[in-house]
This record gives sequence, C-alpha cells and structure tokens, in this order.
Amino acid sequence: MSVATAHDDHHDSHDHGPPKGWQRWVYSTNHKDIGTMYLFFALFMLFFGGAMAMYIRAELFMPGVQLANPDFYNNMVTDHALVMVFGMVMPAAAGMANWMIPLMIGAPDMALPRLNNLSFWLLPAAAIMLILSILAPYLFPGTGGPVNTGWTLLPPLSIQNGIGMDFTIFAIHMLGISSILASINIVTTILNMRAPTMTMMKMPLFVWAWFFTALLLIAVMPVLAGAVTMLLFDRHFGTSFFDAAGGGDPILFQHLFWFFGHPEVYVLLLPSIGVLGLVIPTFARKPLFGYKALVYGMGVLAVLGMVVWAHHQYTIGMSLWATNYFMIGTILISIPVGLMLMNFIFTMWRGSMTFETPMLFGIAIILMFSFAGVTGVMLAVVPADMQYHDTMFVVAHFHYALIPGAVFGLYAGVFYWLPKWTGHMYDERLGKIFFWWTTISFNITFFPQHFSGLAGMPRRIVDYSIQYTEFNVISSIGGFLFGLSHLLFLYIIIQTIRGGQKAPDKPWEGSQIGTPGLEWTLPSPPPFHSFTQAPVVK
Amino acid sequence: MVSKNKTGLPAALLLLPLGLLTGVARADYGYNLPEPAATLTQEIFDLHMLTTIVGTIIMVIVTAMIVYALYAFRHDKGAVPDQEFHNSWFGQWAWVLVPVIVLGIDLSIASSASSTLSSVEDRSKADVTVKVIGSQWKWTYEYMDDGIKVVSNLKKLEPTDPLYLRDVDDPLVLPTGQRVRFLLTSSDVLHNWGIAEIVPKKINIPGYINETWTHITKEGTYRGQCYENCGAGHAFMPAVVRAVSPAEYQQWKTERKTQHAQAAAEASSDKVWAKEELMAKGQEVYTKNCLACHQAQGQGIPGVFPALAGGKITNGAGAAADHINIVVKGKTGTAMAAWGPQLNDLDIAAVVTFERNSWGNTAGDVVQPKDIKAAR
Ligand code: HEM
Ligand SMILES: [Cu+2]
Repeated sequence: MSVATAHDDHHDSHDHGPPKGWQRWVYSTNHKDIGTMYLFFALFMLFFGGAMAMYIRAELFMPGVQLANPDFYNNMVTDHALVMVFGMVMPAAAGMANWMIPLMIGAPDMALPRLNNLSFWLLPAAAIMLILSILAPYLFPGTGGPVNTGWTLLPPLSIQNGIGMDFTIFAIHMLGISSILASINIVTTILNMRAPTMTMMKMPLFVWAWFFTALLLIAVMPVLAGAVTMLLFDRHFGTSFFDAAGGGDPILFQHLFWFFGHPEVYVLLLPSIGVLGLVIPTFARKPLFGYKALVYGMGVLAVLGMVVWAHHQYTIGMSLWATNYFMIGTILISIPVGLMLMNFIFTMWRGSMTFETPMLFGIAIILMFSFAGVTGVMLAVVPADMQYHDTMFVVAHFHYALIPGAVFGLYAGVFYWLPKWTGHMYDERLGKIFFWWTTISFNITFFPQHFSGLAGMPRRIVDYSIQYTEFNVISSIGGFLFGLSHLLFLYIIIQTIRGGQKAPDKPWEGSQIGTPGLEWTLPSPPPFHSFTQAPVVK
Repeated sequence: MVSKNKTGLPAALLLLPLGLLTGVARADYGYNLPEPAATLTQEIFDLHMLTTIVGTIIMVIVTAMIVYALYAFRHDKGAVPDQEFHNSWFGQWAWVLVPVIVLGIDLSIASSASSTLSSVEDRSKADVTVKVIGSQWKWTYEYMDDGIKVVSNLKKLEPTDPLYLRDVDDPLVLPTGQRVRFLLTSSDVLHNWGIAEIVPKKINIPGYINETWTHITKEGTYRGQCYENCGAGHAFMPAVVRAVSPAEYQQWKTERKTQHAQAAAEASSDKVWAKEELMAKGQEVYTKNCLACHQAQGQGIPGVFPALAGGKITNGAGAAADHINIVVKGKTGTAMAAWGPQLNDLDIAAVVTFERNSWGNTAGDVVQPKDIKAAR
C-alpha cells in the first residue's frame, strides 16, 4: 500500500518546537518525549535489575553461603523479578507504544497527553518506593528483615516481613496505577485517533498487540491491587483474609495473584510479538503470513490467558475436576502460540532474507520461544508438574519465555527503530556482535537450569548441595557474560544518539511491505509535532 | 554420581537428545528426573518422558524448518520473495491445518495426563498414614496410627560433603510394598515437602490439610527438600525418607515407642532437675530447634531474628514467666513458632534455663518442668 502525507507539517506557524530545559521533560505531553523517558527509565532499570541478577549468580556460583545472609539473597530474587517485570519490560514496551503507536496510525499525539505525563512520572516514584523497600531494614533498624518472599509475595510469609513489605506494596500500587492509566490512554488512542483511512485491519501488528496488552492490563491490574491491599490490611489492621487461624485462606491470595500473574506474562510477551510482526516481514521482504490469523490468535491468547491462572498452583490441592480443567485449558494455549510461531516461519518461507540485527533477534526469538512453549506444555501436564514445580526447571522455562519472548523482542524493536528515533544508523557490526554475545550467553546461562531443575534443585534457595555444582558454575559464567554484553548495548545506543551515518526516512528496504505503519512516511527523526494534518492511507 | 557430572555442558547437550530419544533414564548423571522408586512416580516419570519426546520431536521439526528457510531464502543467494505466498492455497488454509495438528497432539497428551492425574488423586485405603508438618525450618512427621513422632532437622555438614544440605538427623522411616498416605500441613508459612523419587508434591498450608500418597517399591534412602520459599532457612530444610522392609519397619516402630514412653515418663515426673542437667539438655534442644534463627551465640540476625544474648526477656531483669510464655505460645505475625505443642515440659524447661544462663546472660534462675506445665 502506498501512502500520501505532508512532510512539511512543521512549517505550521504556531508550531514552536520543543520547550527548552528541564520543563520540556517534566511537564511533557509530547508522546515522543514521554516515550523517550520511558525507554531511558527502562534502560536504567535493566541495569539495576541486572546488577541484582549478577549478585544472585555470584552467590550461586559455589555451594555455601558466601556473599550475604539468606534473607538478603531472597530479597534480591524478589526485587530482581519485580524490577525486571514492572520496571524494565513493561516501561520499555510502553515507551515503544508511546513513540510508535501515534506515528503508525497517523495521530498527532496520544489521546490523553496529560494523563500520559502522569503515567510516566508515577514510575520513578514507584522505583524510589522499591529502593526504599530494599533499604528499609537498614534505614529503620528493628522494623523487621528484608522482603524475602519472591515476587509472588505469598502470605503467610509476606505477613511476617518487616516494613519493607509495605514499601513494596505501595510501589506495586503506583506501578499498577501507572499501567492502568497508560493502558486507558493506548486503547483510547487506537480507537479514536487513527487517520480516517487507517482501518483496524490495516493497523500494523504492533498496534494490535498493544491493543490486547492494554485490555489485559485494565482487566487484571486492579485484581493485583486488591490482593496487595488485602495483604496490607492483614498486616496492619487486624483482618484475616489470608490467615486460616482467623477464618481466612492463604490460598485465596495465590488465586488473586495468579489471576493477575498469568495474564501478566502475556502482557510481557505480546508487545514483542507485535515487534516481530514488523521485523520479520521487513527483512524477509514479504508480507506477514496470516495477518488476520495473528490478530485473532492474539485475541484468543488474551482470553485463554485469563482463565488458566491456577496452572501455577497445581500443587495446592484443588479438586480433580478443577485441576483437569486448568490442565486442558493450559495445554490448549499451545494452539494460538503455535499458530503465531508458524505464521512467522511462513513469513520467512519463500522470502528473501537479510540478517540485520533486528532480524537476527527475530529468528532467535522464534527458535527459543518455541522451546519455551514446549517446556510450557510439559509444565502444563499436572502430574509431571508436581515434580517440576518450584524447581529450577520452572526458572529455565520462564526465562526462555521471557528473555527471548519479551526482552529480545524489545531489543529487536530498539534496533529496528533506533534510526527512526535518533536519525542515525547504529553500527551494524557492533549490533551483530551484541546479538551473538547475548544469545549464546543467554543459552549458557539458562539451558543447564533445565537439568538442575529436573535433578531436583529448588528455586529461590541461597545454597545448594554439591550435586548441582557444575550446572550452577556454567549458569553463573553464562550469566556474567550475559550481563557484560549489556555494556555493549549501552555503548551502541549512546554512539547512535551522538551521531553516525544519517538515517533515511525508510532505513529498511522491506519496511513498506504488507501492513506497515505510517512512521516511515516521516523523516528520521520525526519532527516534534507530527501529523498535524491527518495523513491518507491509500 | 557427583564426579560424573564433571563432563558439564557439552556432554549435557549431547546427552539430552540421545538420552531422551532412546528413553534411557540418565538418573546417575542427574540430567533427568531421578529414577522413580514408587508405582505412582513411575507412572509420572513415563508421562514426563512422553511429553519430553513429543517436545523434542517438535523442536527438531521447527529447527529444521527455520534452518532450511535461512539456507534457501536468503537475499544474497538471489532469492526472490513470493509476494503472493500468503494468498496461495496453503496460505488460505494453514490457519486451520496447523491448529488442528497441534490440537491432536494436545489432546493425546491431555488424555494420558488425565488418567495419571486420577492415579495421583486416588484415595484408596492406606496401610500407614503420616502427617507431615512443615515449620521454619524443620519437618515433623506424626504416624497417625502409632503415636510416633519424628523431627527431622538439617544435619550440619561441610559444603564439600556429598550429602551437604541433603541429610537430616532423624529421617522418616517407611515400609516398602505398602500404601502410605501423607497428610500435609504446616505450622507457620507455606512449605512444600518434596521427594521426587517417591511422591508427587502438594504444598503444606497452615490451617489446611493436603493429601498425597506413595507405594514404595525399592528399599533405600530418598532425599528431597522444601520447595516452597519459606524464608531465611528455605535452603536448609532437607526431607529424607528411609524405606525399609515391612519387618524392619515393625521393629523400628517398637523401638521408637519404647523410647517415647521413657522420655514422656521422665518429662512428666515431678522430679526437680539440677541446673547442670538442664543446661546440658537445654543446649541439645537449642541446637536442634532454635539455633537456625537465633544463631549459635544467641546473637540472632539483626532486624530479622532478635538476639537472645543480653535480650530484654532472656536476661537478668526479665521475668522467667515472659520468657516461658513466648517459648510456649510463640509470637504471632513473626517466625517465632509456638513450641508448646512441639516440645515436652522438660525440653522447654531445659532450653529456657539454658538461654537464661548462656552467652553472658545472668538471670541465674532454673526453670523446672512443672513451671512449664503451669504456664501451658
Ligand atoms: C505454550 C505456552 C505456555 C505454557 C503451556 C506455559 C505453562 C506454564 C506453567 C504450567 C507454569 C507453572 C509451572 C510451575 O510453577 O510449576 C508456567 C510458569 C511460568 N511461565 Fe509459562 N507457559 C507458556 C508460555 C509462557 C509465556 C509466553 C510466558 C511469558 C512471556 C511464560 C512465563 C511464565 C512465568 C513467568 C512462569 C513462572 C512464574 C513464577 O512461578 O514465578 N510462560 N508456565
Ligand atoms: Cu519450607
């Protein structure tokens, strides 16, 4: 499809360009600036969460407790997950949504720009709360130990925790509000701000992916907020929602948590699938295979994802009927997942591929995410899961799902759009080195965890018996290499922002094939105010 | 078992497909689930191998397709993109074909899984019933029909020992060839009693009872641990079962009962104990039950577990009554358990006496079993 639009939007007389200095950022209502802030926030949190991961791998390098006490270790495990999920993947995906959705659908900005500002600025506040929750035992001695529950915050352990837990709860509240506001904004933008000729079925897959993501977030975030509020009441106001001694039920919290938590994994996954839906056709120079099937597939995934939460709780002792239901539901998720992966493979099929960095990540995602799907089906089988549950096997499964499925998708997006965002081409050679370095070290880190898990190593332990030593040594070495590779990532980004070869409007040859967005009709970087007149998709 | 692991990742990568495709359980290499030693875990193991093999085949197919595509459809080999591929016959029907194939695989896995699940949930009459109670941080086993109680604590070993973190002072003893039913519960937070060779996991929930079972086929010692994060001591909660022949099991039971009877008689007799006796016994009880949190020198862990050395309740000025009270009743909302139901009067008297007179504490008083009885 070809596109006609005005390139010269910015000669508009009242179009005064960005405000100067700090006000540009603090008061920003511009979707590109807010998108940039989201992305930098996510980048910062990537290193913060990554530092905790490095600590975890250092502690597990050898049997014995070497670096700190077990409570501190568990605190790092807890906050590593919270930071990566809420502080890194979600904001990075939201940053891309902010930057790209208006550009793709031909809108001048998000539908609710001031709300957009608020939903971003809640994040740093939440991050401060989270940091306070780590520091609480030292800042306020005598108020209890670190938050040591793991990211699932399960009571009764979370009732025993000190005031660090209260800071964590407040952080989750703020993160949740931020996500809900951002989601409302995204849904509204997609429904109301499209250029008149941009019908829903012409939208790029990334926009569809975020549409479902946002709906999921609006549906499940309040449930998490409710659950942690009940936790707060149990901790301080004498209620017993989760205390059997007072007539409550500790398992109720798990149901509430996972009613949020399972859809959450699709919240992390879908935006990256959206990126794949652009990257693969671009570099295969061929339209997306099964565009409609992908859109419906994502819809089915979102719906199914909301009714299988208890597969995280196969061992809590549900009725035979309920367990069977959750098992079959979960196994069926492999249908939309398989359909998606098939569509990407057939997009490459009979194409004409080149292997720029985003494409390399795209191919790696398809391969490694399939593997996560396979271990996912293994886990879905209840009696077998009764063996795997809470072992390193689960850790391996969800890192194969989340690092390729979510994080690599974000990297693919970063490299795909960096020329558009900055106006400069990144260094392709360094990009490729970064790809091989992360992918290989990722596999060295997490593949052995399948074995240590099957052999029986539990997750969230600070110390292990020596039969697991070899697997952990390999994992730790891989982990350090994986961590180190991100310094190169940082370097590439800084280098690209600071200069380099000028990027054309359409940096990728194939980016106009199939269902592309309108972003390629704008210069790189796009003007501060874009699409002040609605473009026309022909 | 341990030394063979040295082959590391390359061997692991090679062995995975090999081992899995030939269906060989590489239990001694520790790459797979441990070799099952019970009827039920055998059934689960077979199911696991089924899904692993199906998964491996799918991965091989997916990988082959991608590798072929990367080879055949590359720009620099002059491949011309087929812009109409998605409109071909295949493009029109693939969205039905592929899901139908996947559905077929799914349903055959699900039906086989469902029948194994029914075996897991089978509630036939058991020969032996054991209540497994998790607490921070040890396991207590109660034989429901015999009034025997076994408390399993981590056995402290050097990190170089093959059994580091895998051994306990007093394992659970079970007969082979009989149906054993486990009732799982907890006294404080969630725990999860897991021994893969003999039993599928169900979690231990305070205030609730979960059920699982086993029928052990091979004599031997089976080792597992706690699988649900239960706080600071989570890594230090091994679960060990010694499976013996039914005859040996009977003999063990008789011995235990005699020992129990003697200990109970001793604890409840109105005998007044000498301070030295109480101190010696108290140290034993402390090491077994209290040390994990309050530490060897009673220094606790600042901010997490209170120090007993120089503590307000445990030292000179504090009344022994408060001290006894917190040990017997615990402190709700914290990791401090109520020890009243777990220890007898003599044990509590001994440990309180020990705490009040160790690590520089100068209370000097001696607490007798009858004081505890009165405080209960
Ligand atoms: C075919 C698709 C999938 C299936 C059948 C599946 C199945 C499962 C099951 C049954 C568990 C629970 C295992 C246990 O705790 O014992 C699990 C855990 C998990 N899965 Fe998946 N999964 C799939 C895909 C995904 C995807 C797409 C993601 C994220 C992008 C993901 C992320 C996770 C996470 C984070 C956990 C662990 C959560 C925790 O316990 O902390 N999975 N999966
Ligand atoms: Cu435990």
